[in-house]
Amino acid sequence: MRGRRLNSNGRKGRGRGHAQPEMLLKLELKSNPESLCLVRATVERAAEVLHFQDVETRAIVRSVDEALANVMRHAYGGRPGLPIEMSCRRLQQGGQKAVQGGIEIVLADRGKPVKHAALQGRSFDEIRPGGLGLHFIRQSMDEVEFSRKKGKNLLRMVKYLSPTTQAAASEGE
Amino acid sequence: MQIAARPATGGTILDITGDIDLAHSPAMRKALLQEIKEKKTPKVFLNLEKVRYIDSSGIASLVEGLKASRDQGSRLILFGLSKTVREVMELSRLQKIFEIHDSEAQALAS
Repeated sequence: MRGRRLNSNGRKGRGRGHAQPEMLLKLELKSNPESLCLVRATVERAAEVLHFQDVETRAIVRSVDEALANVMRHAYGGRPGLPIEMSCRRLQQGGQKAVQGGIEIVLADRGKPVKHAALQGRSFDEIRPGGLGLHFIRQSMDEVEFSRKKGKNLLRMVKYLSPTTQAAASEGE
Repeated sequence: MQIAARPATGGTILDITGDIDLAHSPAMRKALLQEIKEKKTPKVFLNLEKVRYIDSSGIASLVEGLKASRDQGSRLILFGLSKTVREVMELSRLQKIFEIHDSEAQALAS
């Protein structure tokens, strides 16, 4: 997986040609499941500030929570106290191309590399515990990219504002 | 997250309060399996009215509980699902395999 970018729709690269995104927040947390509730609350507020609708906000919160849980369980094998970095950036509307505004969230950990097979998730036809987290992320976000750089697993997730949300947000600004 | 058990017609109601996430799903799993496998309760009602959030590990615990109840010949019945919990159920495409009711009264009458 070194240096490899895979996104949810098979495209390579960094999405829809955004200008430099604006940093909203940066968190350094430990691989302790007890911290997840704090991160959910923080991300929920960030999404609200960006005028995401409730259903979109829940999707973003769910994706971050599931991604962090995957890092804790799989990359770090359930060991607590190990570092995870999370950054949230605001994607600006407009620029040279007509692009949507949105949020970009990047998680970085120093755990074991993610295996390609593990990124496929499991079939929905199976009724068994486990294996749903990645499906939730892929269903909830517009772009999902895994890569590994300099000994770190990186997960980049993007959610765009829907056109109706964006129009309402623009009127409110 | 808090779990409280109370008797109900033909079984036990487990009232869950709080978030069912990676930190807390093991406790719910334990309570659920204890009720189903050890106590062999014929009907286990799971009250999710006060659950604000559930993640995939919580759903996995519910699936494990459902499988255990089927093995025991008992029933696992869910009620009071919030919008957030329903969304996750739909995403997992598992809502049809669970017995789900809107309210406690409907669940008890089932």
